[in-house]
Amino acid sequence: MTNDPLIIAGKSYNSRLLVGSGKYKDLEETREATEASGAEIITVAIRRTNIGQTPGEPNLLDVVPPEKYTILPNTAGCYTAEDAVRTCRMARELLDGHDLVKLEVLGDEKTLFPDIVATLEAADLLVKDGFKVMVYTNDDPIIAKRLEEIGCVAVMPLAAPIGSGLGIRNPYNILTIIENANVPILVDAGVGTASDAAIAMELGCDGILMNTAIAAAQKPVLMASAMKKAVEAGREAFLAGRMPRKRFASASSPIDGTFF
Amino acid sequence: MKITLNGEARSIDDSIKLQALIDQLGYSGKRLAVEINKEIIPKSQHADYIIKDGDNIEIVHAIGGG
Repeated sequence: MTNDPLIIAGKSYNSRLLVGSGKYKDLEETREATEASGAEIITVAIRRTNIGQTPGEPNLLDVVPPEKYTILPNTAGCYTAEDAVRTCRMARELLDGHDLVKLEVLGDEKTLFPDIVATLEAADLLVKDGFKVMVYTNDDPIIAKRLEEIGCVAVMPLAAPIGSGLGIRNPYNILTIIENANVPILVDAGVGTASDAAIAMELGCDGILMNTAIAAAQKPVLMASAMKKAVEAGREAFLAGRMPRKRFASASSPIDGTFF
Repeated sequence: MKITLNGEARSIDDSIKLQALIDQLGYSGKRLAVEINKEIIPKSQHADYIIKDGDNIEIVHAIGGG
């Protein structure tokens, strides 16, 4: 597909697949899988440096350079609005004023479901502080709309719990969120394999953000390539408009002209 | 003097500048962000910022994450 860009906060992207950079065995695998995915937006986490440990070791941003990719710092691990806002401010300083962030405020370690009350609070604070907020949320259409109204530049409902690979558990809610939205809707979390990504895109999602589905595959670089194709295929199928489902058969070859 | 650096107690030279500490840690030229007592110290101020006794310093960088 040409000329079907994903536009987030006024910037155009050719790829509708966004990828995380966690859980790879090393930085070289991170680099290769990121490249194979075709993704242009890459999420990173903000963490303490390891004081005293091999200061010369390569840095993530050496293999995923901000000059080549749009870096999307996340607030993973934050359970309060305060921690999330603090993390975003550190990220903005780290990235020389870059203000696109992925907000997630978690509510529970077992499910990693978002704490919606804290997510709404943090989103409001961040938008007022000038951040462009892409927000991880649950698959609730009412909350998705609230987050859009607060001023988030993209709303990112989960398909299933983070890292679960269970696929789209509630396609009708995702569909309702998409139909209501005036900002890009990206499925974030829960995709397990290429067909899950295609299904999300066929529903009309504007994009997908994934990490574990690629990084935890037996061959991450090959899965990254598969995901790239699945997202493209799903997008094209959505734009093409699928045929209606019918209960019984409809012959593809004409009956007229049969000679038997 | 004593400071807390990334959650650990440390002794460092009195009146050291922030950039000097960053250099001592081997982080010269690295992409970092620094917070002291929960206030971000912009990169432009690292060279002049004088660390005080009891400061709580956090130095962060980007790592893999989803």
